[in-house]
Amino acid sequence: MAFSAIDRTAKQIVLTVQEYSLFSGRALLNLFRPPIYWTDFLIQSDVIGFGSVPIVILSGFFTGGVLALQSSATLSAFGAAAVTGQFVSITMIRELGAVLTGIMVSGRNASSIASELGSMVVTEQIDAMRALGVDPLRKLVTPRIFASIVMLLLLTIVADAFGIAGGAAVTVFLNHQNGTQYFHQAYEHLRYPDIVQGLVKPLFFGYILGSIGCFYGMRTTGGTEGVGRSTIQAVVISSVLIIFVDFLITHALLSIFAG
Amino acid sequence: MTHAASVAPHVPASASEARPVVSFNGVSVAFDGPPVLKEVSFSVAPGETRVLLGPAGVGKSVLLKTIVGLIRPQNGRVELLGNDITHMPEENLFPLRARTGFVFQEGALFDSLTVRDNVAYQLIQERVPDDDIDARVMEALKFVGLEQTFNLYSSALSGGMRRRVAIARALIHQPELILYDSPTGGLDPVTSNTIIELIVKQRDVHATPSMLVTHRLQDAFALCDHRFDPEQGCMVPLPKGQINPNTTFLMLEDGGLIFDGSLEELVHSENHFVREFLE
Repeated sequence: MAFSAIDRTAKQIVLTVQEYSLFSGRALLNLFRPPIYWTDFLIQSDVIGFGSVPIVILSGFFTGGVLALQSSATLSAFGAAAVTGQFVSITMIRELGAVLTGIMVSGRNASSIASELGSMVVTEQIDAMRALGVDPLRKLVTPRIFASIVMLLLLTIVADAFGIAGGAAVTVFLNHQNGTQYFHQAYEHLRYPDIVQGLVKPLFFGYILGSIGCFYGMRTTGGTEGVGRSTIQAVVISSVLIIFVDFLITHALLSIFAG
Repeated sequence: MTHAASVAPHVPASASEARPVVSFNGVSVAFDGPPVLKEVSFSVAPGETRVLLGPAGVGKSVLLKTIVGLIRPQNGRVELLGNDITHMPEENLFPLRARTGFVFQEGALFDSLTVRDNVAYQLIQERVPDDDIDARVMEALKFVGLEQTFNLYSSALSGGMRRRVAIARALIHQPELILYDSPTGGLDPVTSNTIIELIVKQRDVHATPSMLVTHRLQDAFALCDHRFDPEQGCMVPLPKGQINPNTTFLMLEDGGLIFDGSLEELVHSENHFVREFLE
């Protein structure tokens, strides 16, 4: 009994992974085949990108501040409080800027994408679109995934900048250290590999949050209750995947740049 | 039959002999559980209106969606507008579907768009100039008597108005086949009558072949014993004893097709389920 349940669950997981791979792969390939719905891409960029700016600024700023508070306390013990700027900037740019933005934007947009598309599925709007001769994958999914990728890259840069600014605010106003020294340290020790790491990750995270949101939205069943279920699955799975993929990318990029 | 044929001048006499617009041959559809459709075979001839009867949950909507490939069959063969769509890739189906009109059960209008953009959805995708779109949308809305809703959002419309806008959306592209999925379900009798009048109008003015799903017998019978009078601009009853010869019936029971024939054959059917349904 237990074995058959495990067997069924395992098959279900494999089937879901297969369906997701085909779905997201087809959606991505649509970028290279007309018709491409550029207007929908711009609308989604506004919703996903501009709409997420406040939460990205706030989370970036306060994360940078917390990093400065925590690191300066520890670094002071070794007489190295002066390198707080270096610590904050490298941590934000290499890691936290991309991951935090990915998770924050995923919470906001993977959920909204899944619920919007899920509602369209249960009210037969997706079927209506197909019946009208329009491919929902091209019209709804591809623009959302593409907009998520592009916008997450830009939002990560915003988060990095405000994280460093938050660290500077704490360093100057709470720790009463020199601001020029903070920014000098933050800039001086940055290397291109750090920036590459920080800008490659959001491309993957944007793809994950856009495609997972669309995938769970488009396979919604079970009416309004199903929409809620899809929304939860989209947020949970995209957040976990972002952290998991972050680990893989970090490992791969460190190996590349170490070599 | 020959007597009644005189009331449907738009339909060629050889309609039933021409290549069918829709053809089902032993079609079965199943999801996770038992089959929803079992070995269903029928066809829709050019100019023909087929009324699909049956109680709720027997697979009427599934059958309608299978016609345009929104649901794929496990067995059998489906032909739409002369093309075998049974295993046709989704991408090839889109241009074929664009030649048909589908009125969904609750209208399935796009909530975030205005009535104008809903009705013009296909035209907008085809990048038709705005002036042409406005003119054609207005014409379609006039057909359903809703030109005043042009700039409204679909969420501001009543249930009956949503169905009429959905009909306008289905008709704007001059489809070669129209599918109506319970267009009067859940509506009051007056609004239902308005919807049926539109369907009769489309049938008699444009002779577009169609398939209508319903479980309301009064709607089905109204289609048979009424015609659209262009002079009066409304639906009028046919003379006593006459029926529209191009309106025929199908009935589903538990996923299987148990009846395929004319109104006369339907009312005289010996089938126990048909008799029970009619009574």
